[in-house]
Amino acid sequence: MKSFSKIPLYFIAAVLLIVSGYPFVYMISTALKTQSEFFEQPFALFTSFNLENFTNVFKLGLTGYFFNSVLVTVIAVGAVVIIGALASYPLSRMKFRFNRVLFLLFISGMMLPIHATLIPIFKLSESMGIYDTLFALIGPYIAFSLPISIFILTQFMREIPKSLEEAAKMDGCTHLGIFRHVIMPMLKPALMAVIIYNAIHLWNEFVFALVLISSPESMTLPLGLQAFRGDFAVNVPGLMAALTLASLPILIVYLFSQEKVVKGLTGGAVKG
Amino acid sequence: MQQADARLSTVLEEARSKSKKKKWRNALTILLFVSPALIVYAMYVIYPILATLNYSFYDWNGSSVGTYIGLQNYVQLFSDSIFWTALRNNTWITLTSVFVQIPLGLIMALMLFAPIKGIRLMSSVYFFPFLMSTVAIGLLWIYMFDPINGSINQLINLLGFENVAWLSGENTAIIAVLFVIVWQFAPFYMILFRAAIVGIPEELYEAADIDGANPWHKFSRITLPLLMPTIVSSSILAIVGSLKAFDIFYVMTGGGPNHATELMGTYMFKQAFVNFNMGYASAIAFVMFFIALIVTILIQALDFYRQKKGVFSE
Repeated sequence: MKSFSKIPLYFIAAVLLIVSGYPFVYMISTALKTQSEFFEQPFALFTSFNLENFTNVFKLGLTGYFFNSVLVTVIAVGAVVIIGALASYPLSRMKFRFNRVLFLLFISGMMLPIHATLIPIFKLSESMGIYDTLFALIGPYIAFSLPISIFILTQFMREIPKSLEEAAKMDGCTHLGIFRHVIMPMLKPALMAVIIYNAIHLWNEFVFALVLISSPESMTLPLGLQAFRGDFAVNVPGLMAALTLASLPILIVYLFSQEKVVKGLTGGAVKG
Repeated sequence: MQQADARLSTVLEEARSKSKKKKWRNALTILLFVSPALIVYAMYVIYPILATLNYSFYDWNGSSVGTYIGLQNYVQLFSDSIFWTALRNNTWITLTSVFVQIPLGLIMALMLFAPIKGIRLMSSVYFFPFLMSTVAIGLLWIYMFDPINGSINQLINLLGFENVAWLSGENTAIIAVLFVIVWQFAPFYMILFRAAIVGIPEELYEAADIDGANPWHKFSRITLPLLMPTIVSSSILAIVGSLKAFDIFYVMTGGGPNHATELMGTYMFKQAFVNFNMGYASAIAFVMFFIALIVTILIQALDFYRQKKGVFSE
């Protein structure tokens, strides 16, 4: 009787599992088919194991998009971590007149629709001569990652006991010294959250890339995938191979450190 | 005596100038710490919003000098039926997010605490959709919704219905995209709820067990009330996120067919970077900003009111 009552639970669990997981299974299994196999049996799962699509995707320039995405993400996330942590220090640990206003100014960026800034940023990158280069993306990526980063970092910094700072001050530490030797080492979990959150969001970012990049040499992965769609108009397995390869890095990182990724992605939302 | 007074005053003077100096040093330190962030933020967030407002008063194609036309862009916008369609679609996303996505996220989170096997597998797989890039998700689902070779129609056929051309139908396209949005973001809310459920003290359920409460009572009297703060903050995130929606619609439908799935974001993008009506697009963009601002202020005011009420009731 007891196990009988669990049947509805297993049913719901299975339905959710299929709805969440099936598209991925379909994507990978289709990527492994040849085109004619796909048209004969579009729904058969894992009937063939053909790696040709994957090598084709590399030939079409996926490596370049991939490299661009890595470059932009690493530079922007690195800069956000440094700049964001620096700004969070006085905002969370020093008293001054415009503290609250400045904090709200940064935080309110989380609510901001990116579209409200697109045209001026487009014009700006043109007049700076960096339109259609990866440099055009880095500024906006840093700026739009700052609000959530400052939000997470100030929350953590407030928790660090004041006494540690005072002890360092007694020893003649400057604010920069305190920041480097007292605050930063204690901030590791928060920095991890900031890095993961921003890395995943920037890796997947689309709007700025769409507006600021036009030539294939400078495209990031999401933009490159969108371009693939034209190349693969009827070649569904080819496109699925591209999607699989583009999604793989994050899925692998996720499978190896699930807890950290989940924490990082919700770091701003789950309040302590 | 006078000498002593004079000495005291010099000492005080020195101390004052020292503290003044310290104050200045402090201000300088603060400035040095904050300025890198502030410069980037001013350049790429604050300046662009003001520039967008300014552009919105011009008839401007983006390259030549624009013509100042006052509020005409806004007048035109409010009589533009496509804009109203876009606004309606943005509202649909908001409603779907709050009333479908969040409840589904809650159900998924509850499943992770169900007394069944396979929880680890479930928690991993349920989260997958949230990790994929929106562009990849959009492209994948275009083929899932394909009229002939798509899995969705395959399923529908099995159930004995006719094929549906989901993304090319004016009424079905929005349903299809909203479905994908729910698919992508429900896992995010699942994680929020999971964290909140973990935080509920076990004793409450034990006490309820002693009182002979059934599972539904335990859920409605313990779990749900204690999850209320999470439900509220999730709703805020969902509303704010809905205003920003763009990627998935741009990829899956491009706002079509015949503007049926147009959003403020996709319409602004088209006006700016396809038609080069930069002034008009700026007006749309500024309305988007304004709506987000109003929503933010409303949420803050409600929060303030709630906290005040909390103080009174204590």
